[in-house]
This record gives sequence, C-alpha cells and structure tokens, in this order.
Amino acid sequence: MELKMETRQLNLFYGGFQALRDVNLQIKPREITAIIGPSGCGKSTLLRCLNRMNELIRNVRTTGQILLDGRDIHDQAMELTSLRRRVGMVFQRPNPFPLSVFDNVAYGPRVHGTTDGAKLQAIVENALRATDLWNELKDRRNSPALALSPEQQQRLCISRLVAVEPEVLLMDEPCSALDPIATARVEELMRELAHSYAIVIVTHNMQQAARVSSETVFMLLGDLVEAGRTARIFENPRDKRTEEYISGRYG
Amino acid sequence: MKKDKIIAAILTVTALSAISGLALITIFIFREGMPIILRTGGGEFFLSADWRPRDGSFGIFSMIIGSLAVTAGAMVIGMIFGLGLAIVLTQFAPPSLAAVLKPVVELLAGIPSVVYGFMGVVTLVPLIRNRLGGPGLSVLAASIVLGIMVLPTVTSISVDALQAVPRSFWEGSIALGATRWQTTRMVMLKAARSGIVAAAILGMGRAVGETMAVIMVAGNSIEIPGSILAPTRTLTSNIALEMGYASGAHREALFATGVTLFVIIMILNCVALSVSRRSARERSFR
Repeated sequence: MELKMETRQLNLFYGGFQALRDVNLQIKPREITAIIGPSGCGKSTLLRCLNRMNELIRNVRTTGQILLDGRDIHDQAMELTSLRRRVGMVFQRPNPFPLSVFDNVAYGPRVHGTTDGAKLQAIVENALRATDLWNELKDRRNSPALALSPEQQQRLCISRLVAVEPEVLLMDEPCSALDPIATARVEELMRELAHSYAIVIVTHNMQQAARVSSETVFMLLGDLVEAGRTARIFENPRDKRTEEYISGRYG
Repeated sequence: MKKDKIIAAILTVTALSAISGLALITIFIFREGMPIILRTGGGEFFLSADWRPRDGSFGIFSMIIGSLAVTAGAMVIGMIFGLGLAIVLTQFAPPSLAAVLKPVVELLAGIPSVVYGFMGVVTLVPLIRNRLGGPGLSVLAASIVLGIMVLPTVTSISVDALQAVPRSFWEGSIALGATRWQTTRMVMLKAARSGIVAAAILGMGRAVGETMAVIMVAGNSIEIPGSILAPTRTLTSNIALEMGYASGAHREALFATGVTLFVIIMILNCVALSVSRRSARERSFR
C-alpha cells in the first residue's frame, strides 16, 4: 500500500537538545495511527513536524526527510500554506476563534481564497455535517463559538479543518480537555473521519489508542521504539520497553 | 498589631484626602462654571460661535469644533502609526527587537509637551506653510503633533491587548495555512478589539486634554476652521490663553469651558473603562 506520509531518519534538535532520533514513521491513508509514549518522549514534537509547526519555535533544527505522497514537504515547490491546508491539526485544548460558528468554519476556505457567499454556506454546512454538529448548531451559526461546550468546540475545530478538505488530520491529545462521554463521541467521530482521511493521533491514554487506532507507534526518549498493527502491539509487543510501557510499569 | 492599625489609619486618611481633593476640584469647577452656562442658556453657550468676552458674548462652538477637529486628526495619525507599530511589535518583529522598541516608544511619553510644541513650531509649521500653503499654524500641524504625542498610549495599550490574545488562536490560524497577515487581520485584531478600542479612547482623552503643544502650533484664532490648513483654537487653549487676564463673566465662561472639557474627558474615560472591563471579562471566559 502507498504511504500517505513518511519520515526518514528524522532528527530534531531544540538548541543543543535532541528531541527526535532517526525517526522512521509511516502513515497509511484512511487509517488511524496512534503515537503513544510517556510525557516528553517526543510524540507531540513528531506530530508538529508533519505540518512544519515546529518551525514557529526558535532554535529548532531538523535533519532527515518528511514525505507527503512521496514528495518532501521541505521542498521549495511545496508551499507552506498549502502544506498546512493539506495536513491539518487539532489541538489539545479546543481553540475556536473568537468569532461566530459560521466564521470559524468559513475561516479556512476564506484564507485560501473562497469568497463566494453561497459556496461558503455549502462548505460550512458540509463541514458541520461531517462532525455531526449541523443539527445541533444550524440555528446558532451566528452565535459566538466560545459559548459552545468544550466537546462542541473541539468538534467545531475539526469541522474547521474538514472545510479546507485536508488529506491528513493531526490530533494532539484531542480529548484531554473532555469528559469521558464527550471523549467517546469524539472517538466515534474519528472512526467515521478515518473513512476519508489519514489520521494521526498523539495520546497519553493507551486505552484510547487501543480503541480507535489501527496502527500504533510507541516512542521513548525521542526514539521510535516499535510500530505495527495496534492489536499486535498491545497483545504481542516485540520490544521489551514497549511491553513494559503497555503493562503500566512506567509512563 | 497596634502598629498595623495606626499605619492603616494613616493610609486611609491619605487616600481619603486625595479623593476629597479631587472631589473639591470638581465641585469648584462646576460651581464657578455652571452659573454662566445656565444664564446664557446651554444652546447659546455651546452652539454659538460668537466668543467676544469684552462684549459679553460667550459661545464656545468654534472651540468645540477646534478640539474635535484636532482630536480627530490626531486619532487618525495616532491610530495608523500606533496600531501599526503594535502589530509590527507583536506579530512580525523578532521578540528581541520588540523588547527594545516598546520601551523606546513608551519613553516618548516622558518628553514634556512644550518640547513637542517647540519641535512643531520649528520644523512642522514652516514645512506646512511652504509645501501646503496657509499660515502653517493649523489643524494639520496640531493633529500631527498630537498624533505623535498619543503614540505611547495607543501603542502600549494596543500591544498589551494583542499580547493578551491566547497563543492558541494564533496557532490555530497558522495551522490552517493562514499567513501571518491573514492571522493578524482576521483573528488577532478581532480578538484584541476591545483592548484596541480602549487604547483609542484613552489616546483621545490625552489628545483632547493636551494644551501647551496645541497652543504653540494651532494658531489659536477664534473661528471655525474651514480646512485642515486653517488655524484653530481648542477648548484647552482657550482657557490657558485667557485665564491670565479674565475676570467676572469672562472668568466664569472660562470655567464653563473647563466644565465642558471635564465632561467630555469623563465620558471618554468611562467608555474606555467599561470597554476594557468587558475585554477582561471576555478573557476570563476562556
């Protein structure tokens, strides 16, 4: 199977500190890949390499390759804005803009040049339907997004991405600010979205990784220790460190 | 414990006397100024442009227009440069440059206003006279000088407002593929809106109240300015220029001018306060 994204010998340094060591990550299309590992293992850093968000921090240096559909994302011909449209990101805490529900979802399309009102209406409706928000919010499209519940806010942030038709969704502990019921609903949404997108989720919650993902990657201290089918990783880890982490001996 | 109580009592007395001093000033201004407004009638006093103290006609309309024109001009200049500077400092400049530039701009507030006025007379007024025509002493000259004088206020409050916007908004926008400028325009300025409005209003308060620099560059003629190149007199200048020799009804009319200023600035500050309280509330929501 063709890989959607791939890193080759990826190293990342924060000043003198090396946060990623020779990471070879493979992301398959239309599947959920979970990156697990204890705090500080580099899983969020790795995620933020995939849409070049790390470059916003000063003194960050990377070596190695990151490929999207076989093309290097650091290539001159790959525009940063179009990379970030194709590889969207959901953050740990829901971060809708202080605008209306409609303007939040229409934000991405507007930024990328869609100004036609009817077209925007249609895009917003589709994006809200994709995250099951349409029925809840169709009459509140003009109310402020910050007045929504945290779960609705997080789903709105996902709608905001869906509206720009991305190819890969990066999710950085998307449920850590949500209660268990909201978490279950967002996970359900992720499984639905995985029919259309490649999803990479960083989570400190092993149960969540086991529930939603089909591929799991275990990281420790900047190393990618083991990657494989989720069931295999959890039932039959090959590396001793993976086994120790999964059985809860540290982390 | 006893010492604590004594100190608390002393501090309370100091605080109360400061407040009562302000209250007394307010009462004094109103007591001196209100009678003539009531005597000539509010309509006549505020809406007549006829200011001839020797003949007993006191209409401050041309001064109100002068103050409004000069303030409006100052705000256009102050907001364009002040907000522009705030945007550059918070969104585009490297943090090390911003750390140097912001204090420098704030230092501008420490320059005495007479120095601004002097600079205006020596450089700006001849420039306007030679290049644009008119006497040089004009609404435009006063607007430019005041615009520079309000820069520290406008810039530093706008910078604070923009810095108070949570970084997650900025990241969310950048991660959607927006450019820095799109992010600034569509997210940051909207999120910081109430703080920026407060900056504008406080700047306006400074511009309305400024006296010395305006006297030096505005020309001070008592007429409604016909263009931005015409001279004008503001409410503050009127008081400062005539208080030295005024007596009787004339003196009362100058106090009444002060009452007018007082009310304008009170309203501006109340609006600024309520706007910035609202922005604090909005922040606590998140």
